[in-house]
Amino acid sequence: MNISRRHMLILLPAAAVAWKSVLAGTSESSPNYKMSDHWWGMLIDIPKCIGCGNCVRACQAENDVPNGLFRTWVERYHVSDEDMTSPEVISPDGGKEGFPVAKEDQGKYFFVPKMCNHCADSPCTQVCPVGATFTGPDGVVLVDQTYCLGCAYCVQACPYGCRYIHPVKKVADKCTLCYHRITKGLTTACCEVCPTGARQLADLKDPNDPIHAFLKTHSVQVLKPQMATGAKAFYNGLDGSVR
Amino acid sequence: MRVSKDVGHLFRFAGLFVLAFLVFLVVRHFVVPKTFGQYGHYRGAAMGEIAARSVKFAGHESCEACHTDVVDKEKNGKHAHVNCEACHGALAQHANDPTVKPVLPDTAVLCARCHTASAAKPKDFPQVDPADHSQGLPCQTCHQPHNPGMDAPKTDAGGAK
Repeated sequence: MNISRRHMLILLPAAAVAWKSVLAGTSESSPNYKMSDHWWGMLIDIPKCIGCGNCVRACQAENDVPNGLFRTWVERYHVSDEDMTSPEVISPDGGKEGFPVAKEDQGKYFFVPKMCNHCADSPCTQVCPVGATFTGPDGVVLVDQTYCLGCAYCVQACPYGCRYIHPVKKVADKCTLCYHRITKGLTTACCEVCPTGARQLADLKDPNDPIHAFLKTHSVQVLKPQMATGAKAFYNGLDGSVR
Repeated sequence: MRVSKDVGHLFRFAGLFVLAFLVFLVVRHFVVPKTFGQYGHYRGAAMGEIAARSVKFAGHESCEACHTDVVDKEKNGKHAHVNCEACHGALAQHANDPTVKPVLPDTAVLCARCHTASAAKPKDFPQVDPADHSQGLPCQTCHQPHNPGMDAPKTDAGGAK
């Protein structure tokens, strides 16, 4: 193929822009962290969750989440044998202080921890009118709170209900996947305190991450796959009744 | 001659456009943040600012660096996979400055949080009815939280140092 001068003039600036974003991959505060080396997600292993609420409390402590609002919360499902499609779901105070004791009866119980799915094609970032929320090069959906107007379009757009307007700052707030921790080589607060390993931070670009072996050998789902959000919170043992 | 005279007003008009465009560029230069568009349609520096927030949970590696005796106690027990701050709470302040004394958790609340029997919990998870199981005795009378098995040597109440 011959590249004319006209095509060359079109291609050169595009290549320059692309190369700039390839070279970019450093963040100021964590000199050893390279954004382009990571693609973050979360593995949530439902059969391991005991509903203790450790993750909810740790998240609120780590991130100063206001009372009554949640970046992560735990739901308890009770699905009866007769009606699999209308489960009884409870989440008292987000499951922060655990759940009432369940008596043995018909049907089944299980806990579902919920959080931002850090979608690759996130509806919440697409509706932002000012570019205040975005999916970073490392796959974490963040809010630039100095830029956010507080219009709450993103709060409505999130299919998983993971965003809220901060009552004091009046801007959108959400799970950062503990970005201030993972860039320093730590795991998220919720994963750090989970006593059963029901939540595990996953780096899909790290070939040594156990997530790859897990995904190969387990039936793993994401929430609302029909919405094509590219969700990266992977649920093992997810029941069909979970919405 | 006549033609150039007729198009004179067009040049003036074009000049206005060029001037307006230059004003736009100057205003844009001052209004748009430096790092906007660095990675995409957002302010790139926001990522560094979020990453710079301070941590409150130190992470188990920090704890294990000093508390090697507890690690030894825990490693063969059923709580080997439970990280320190799952029970002891956020302790980055203590990790940064050991003179900040952590509060010893109350086992009556702590143990019950995970181990109170409920039909909702996975069947293979160890669960008891606290009232029936210990008749009100504190858990650490029999169990050592760092290695809770009954066959584990019970040296002190929880091994907190």
